[in-house]
Amino acid sequence: MQDIDNLKELDKKDEKDEKDEKAEKAKEVRRLIIQMIAEANSGHPGGSLSMTDIITTLYFSIMNHSAANPTWEERDRFVLSKGHACPAFYAVLALCGYFPISELMNLRKLGSILQGHPDHEVTPGVDFSTGSLGQGISAACGMALAGKIDKKNYRVYVIIGDGESQEGQVWEAAMSAAHYKLDNLCAFLDYNKLQIDGEVEKIMNIEPVVDKWKAFGWNTLRIDGHSIEQIIEAVGIAHKTKDKPTMIVADTIKGKGVSFMEGRVGFHGVAPTRDQEQQALSELM
Amino acid sequence: MAEMVATRDAYGKALIKFGKIYPEMVVLDADTSSSTRTQWFCNEFPERFFNFGISEANMVGYAAGLSTCGKIPVVSTFACFGSGRVYEQIKLSVCWPRLNVKIIVTHAGVSVGEDGASHQAIDDINLMRVLPNMTVIVPADGIETEKAIQYAIESYGPFYIRLGRLKLPLVFDDNYEFVLGRMSTLRQGKDATIIACGLMVNESIKASQILSEQGIEVRILNASSIKPIDKQAIILAAKETGVIITAEEHSIIGGLGSAVSEVLSTNLPAPVEMVGIGDTFGQSGSPEELLSLFKIDAAAIVEAVVRGIGRK
Ligand SMILES: Cc1ncc(C[n+]2csc(CCOP(=O)(O)OP(=O)(O)O)c2C)c(N)n1
Ligand SMILES: [Mg+2]
Repeated sequence: MQDIDNLKELDKKDEKDEKDEKAEKAKEVRRLIIQMIAEANSGHPGGSLSMTDIITTLYFSIMNHSAANPTWEERDRFVLSKGHACPAFYAVLALCGYFPISELMNLRKLGSILQGHPDHEVTPGVDFSTGSLGQGISAACGMALAGKIDKKNYRVYVIIGDGESQEGQVWEAAMSAAHYKLDNLCAFLDYNKLQIDGEVEKIMNIEPVVDKWKAFGWNTLRIDGHSIEQIIEAVGIAHKTKDKPTMIVADTIKGKGVSFMEGRVGFHGVAPTRDQEQQALSELM
Repeated sequence: MAEMVATRDAYGKALIKFGKIYPEMVVLDADTSSSTRTQWFCNEFPERFFNFGISEANMVGYAAGLSTCGKIPVVSTFACFGSGRVYEQIKLSVCWPRLNVKIIVTHAGVSVGEDGASHQAIDDINLMRVLPNMTVIVPADGIETEKAIQYAIESYGPFYIRLGRLKLPLVFDDNYEFVLGRMSTLRQGKDATIIACGLMVNESIKASQILSEQGIEVRILNASSIKPIDKQAIILAAKETGVIITAEEHSIIGGLGSAVSEVLSTNLPAPVEMVGIGDTFGQSGSPEELLSLFKIDAAAIVEAVVRGIGRK
């Protein structure tokens, strides 16, 4: 009896360690985002930080992929439809080993493999070039459709923005993915409630957004986009869902993790100064 | 040193100025109002400003509808999203019915800089120029921007006005008169003619100073009016200087260089050297680095002039 209790305790401890490890990874990604954008003196911190937990969890706990073989045919695909948030994507790819971490400091510089918006011609690990909002999700649908045609087992993940959801093309994609029963497709809405010009709700309201995705025929879940457990659980449900694509509406905070960026529209596309970088890094220790 | 003004800033101010005069003016943007400066109009006339969020195609359709009911809609976003992204809507909802819609875009060309290829409009002059009923203007500085906007607001029909992100030295003073379809002569010279638009006008002026030191005197024409284009000025320049150098922050396919060549080849064939972006996409970098990388700066113009004179 005593032994079993001990084992249970140990299990809990392992679980806790694992959880801490994952949270630590996300923190590391956030630190890299701040450093690379400060170094480039240009880029989009807000939307990178809001999706950090999602993309970190996808690459470290969910997706089947290989840094050694970025174009491996059986790999799960990922499309960052809100391409401006690529600093988060690049940081994760670097930590996975797709290219050296030092490369991150070349973000947005002339000749860099890390362009201002994702360019799959030059960045190992990037499956699709994006930057013009609304287009990436259609391409992700196309990848999922190819998987169905070829009866492959890979899955396709895509992250879209809430401002991005105002594009008509997003809803054309939504309709088609349900029509083609793309249950190998799992989308995230990074619902950080902000876009460039202000609050999504005030600029062009997308509510009731969960009902919209449901009405378009998607298996629609709503989670806390900063809870790694909830992200993993939701993707698990997506995996088990047959004949429907899944949309995970993830409530997030723009600028998450850096006090003076959280919920602040001013940090959508503005780099932190060197002083702000130091403060942000100290908060992320 | 001339005063530095970004054409988008001049645009923001002009909107307020003409908004006061023309109550039928309405301004539409797609979540870029802080960058395009239409936010300044919004602060002044909130009831006449509409932010569509990120839905450019829908915004152009709204503008078309608004114009049929007597409004003068000014549609704004970045050049890449206000041209190619909504090409079909501009073509069939605006140009075909010849509606009174003013598309005024900012952040054109590679001088957008770090955002990279997806945000660098290098094909928009081409796309807009080919549309029947469309007028295309690329102002050289802040003063010409205001004058061109006034012209567009006060005349009927579709306009595409292409502005930039960077601050540029003023080329003109307040006495400057914008005349649609006419090129203004910024410098006289007998050896060659540079026909430039947008920020390349300033690069041409810099180039002319370098060339002058080498004993080469060039004429400079400001081709802000891309369509309609000033055929007379082009033909005259070819006659009098024997060679034309075009300079634009745009692909050499389909832009100003093509427009000038169309005029020359059908009227008075003459050697043309085109300074512009080759058949390639842009990339990230600082504006200066990119202008140099793509060979669209004063140094490239100097080379092109020397090459062109050699072909006379
Ligand atoms: C088609 C298109 N229009 C405009 C832009 C300019 N732009 C870049 S980011 C952005 C706001 C994005 O808001 P959202 O999707 O909510 O992203 P997030 O808040 O996650 O950063 C805009 C308008 C663009 N990249 N693409
Ligand atoms: Mg958002």
